[in-house]
Amino acid sequence: MSRWVRVGVLLALTVSLLFVASASRAEDSVTSLIAQISKVGREGVGNEQAAVAWKALVQQGPKALVPILTAIRDDAPVANNWLRPAFEAIAEKAVAEEKLAAEPLAKFVDDTMQAGSARALAYAWLVKLDKSTPDRLLPKMLQDPSAELRRLAIARVLRQAETFVENNDDVAAKATLEKLLPVVGDPEQLDTIAKGLDKFGVKIDRAKVAGFVTTWHLIAPFDHRKGIGWDVAYPPEKAIDLAATLQGKEGQPIRWIAHTTKSATGVVDLNQTLGKFKGAIAYAVAFVESPEERQVELRAGCINGLKIWLNGKLVFANEEYHHGMNVDQYKARGKLNKGVNTILLKVAQNEQTENWAQEWQFQLRICDFVGAAVPFSLVTKESK
Amino acid sequence: MKTIRIVILALLSGSIGLAEEWGGFRGTTGSAVSNETSLPFKWSKDEGLRYKVALPGRGLSNPVIAGGRIYLTACSGYRETRLHVLCLEEQTGKQLWERQFTATGSTACHPVSNMAAPTPVTDGKAVYALFATGDLAALDRDGNLLWYRSLVGDYPTVSNQVGMASSPRLVGNIVCLTMENVGDSFLAGLDKKTGKNRWKIPRPREINWTTPIVLDSGLVLFQNGQEATAVDPETGTVRWRLKGSWSTIPSPTAGEGVVYLPGQQLKAVKPRQGSDQPDELWEGGVVTGGYASPVYHRGRIYGLTKNAVVCLSASDGSELWRERVNGPFDGSPVIANNKLYAVNGKGLTYVIELGEKPTIIARNDIADTIQATPAIANGCIYLRSDKYLYCVGPK
Repeated sequence: MSRWVRVGVLLALTVSLLFVASASRAEDSVTSLIAQISKVGREGVGNEQAAVAWKALVQQGPKALVPILTAIRDDAPVANNWLRPAFEAIAEKAVAEEKLAAEPLAKFVDDTMQAGSARALAYAWLVKLDKSTPDRLLPKMLQDPSAELRRLAIARVLRQAETFVENNDDVAAKATLEKLLPVVGDPEQLDTIAKGLDKFGVKIDRAKVAGFVTTWHLIAPFDHRKGIGWDVAYPPEKAIDLAATLQGKEGQPIRWIAHTTKSATGVVDLNQTLGKFKGAIAYAVAFVESPEERQVELRAGCINGLKIWLNGKLVFANEEYHHGMNVDQYKARGKLNKGVNTILLKVAQNEQTENWAQEWQFQLRICDFVGAAVPFSLVTKESK
Repeated sequence: MKTIRIVILALLSGSIGLAEEWGGFRGTTGSAVSNETSLPFKWSKDEGLRYKVALPGRGLSNPVIAGGRIYLTACSGYRETRLHVLCLEEQTGKQLWERQFTATGSTACHPVSNMAAPTPVTDGKAVYALFATGDLAALDRDGNLLWYRSLVGDYPTVSNQVGMASSPRLVGNIVCLTMENVGDSFLAGLDKKTGKNRWKIPRPREINWTTPIVLDSGLVLFQNGQEATAVDPETGTVRWRLKGSWSTIPSPTAGEGVVYLPGQQLKAVKPRQGSDQPDELWEGGVVTGGYASPVYHRGRIYGLTKNAVVCLSASDGSELWRERVNGPFDGSPVIANNKLYAVNGKGLTYVIELGEKPTIIARNDIADTIQATPAIANGCIYLRSDKYLYCVGPK
């Protein structure tokens, strides 16, 4: 090897090492900037440092995109709202300069272990780069763990079903809608599917498909005049004894009654089932048998104050009255044990007198984090 | 040298950073009055528009304009969980940047409202965008994130499922917020540089949609169903308050040292230096009948009921005239060059020449759903619909 060749090899090695070291430093820099941003806390704690890091992170350019996506976590909404705009600022500039590479984003979207919201963000930018992205990616996302991507995938199939209907191909339309039933998580999309199938004479049990709890044991009224009952732990919060006779808000004896709602969205109307009371608390308890231990979401709708306990643990509380009720209005996460689980609700009715402030009702369903029903069966007092 | 001259001229004319042409809901201070003297008064969906820009989603918020840029908010996506802040070039409407956030609070609300109900505020250097979800983001004019707060994350019981709509007000270095709701209910002043609380005042746990205004004294006036409260924005000190039964939707107005509080009737009060309670001047007259807020202008108070523009004397509340118009109006009226502009929900703008008697000088129909209050800046009127931003002005 000549002297010049040796010098050349040495130089090349040095440059390579410098390059690797530089890349490593850049990676470290991106990682530490993201870490700084992710430290933001309540009431603006860490905002100043995060703002400096944010600007520096954006200056790192496209190489920071995948690390940003990877740092997004579905359980860190505040940090995500710092990271998402950083991604956008970089991607926006990269698109303008035609430097946004699709491949790393596509690879990230394919990785279902990553946060659903991050994958959906990457997907949205892939669509900006290539309008054929939905047709390429969505067909394989009908069971995607990202609620957002699954919703898009189902929406695409629903459009296909509409096209079949327009072309008078009822067989294909019906088959298309039916294949969505096991995967749908969004109640509004389920509604569309149910209405579509209904036109073909197919009746589905919407409450069951969506995972609504339809059988409850109810008891009321406990005292909630002047709002006093919200923080009072009445006997059902201490122990569930369906055979017990308890004392109502005016001293009257009250007992649990069993009730099964026929509502397609699991609505339990307490005014109808228990009688109309104002300034009153009702309790509702359901016994849910799960074939396995699993994490679930309890998704409720309620037009009154609502507390939810799962197996004795308070998982949700919101005291708000007569401001609307929607399917999936509230979400609470918890664990279903294998076997029988207890879901207890406290439904508080206030004393407003206006016509629009008289409803006293709730609904609750059990589903996975995407919104699709999980397997369970309801155990009644009698069967217990 | 030429560039330097342009920069100096621009600075002198206030077009770089210093301008505050229309910095919030009903303008920078909330007066709803512009000093513009040359504004268009006739247009249609095909004529008189400088540009029309497609928007990514709904919004009740009006655009804010300063430093040659327009900022506006929108919401979109599943249950309106996607929150947008957009920045456009004022002259052309070209989008300069967009930043998106994910709702961290509830998106439940009455169908008439949406998550982009509060109007952002700007001083030309930064924009502060609050959403009905309690998400609040501060971005500089180039779209760099200065800070972000999840107010529902900070105060988890904050809730208004009819839909929060109070807009912030920027006064000096403080972003003033009305977060009055059924949970953790409060007024707050946030440091505009850091987003941290400078002060926080507890309020009754009742929902309230009014937006504060800035008084000539520099105090910020908040109004809820029980109290009008004048606060020093720097310290959060309450300078005066007046108990009463005030509106929770139309916001107050003020002029020449007098404050006009909408309720079942309008009440005029005069704050006194050093007094913790204002003098009550008169009560009477109805200038509101829906969502629109009244406007003080040259000794008169103007308001919108569901089907009329009403003019009251500011000296005693007597009704001077009433002009029938076709509502309903979601947005509030604005005044410039002695003309009142009122846009109904179907995109029809009434332009009324003000005087002893009103004269409707134009009915401009763009046939679009408009819930936002118009904005006025640099010779143009901005109308924001569910789908578009219209810039009415010469090309």
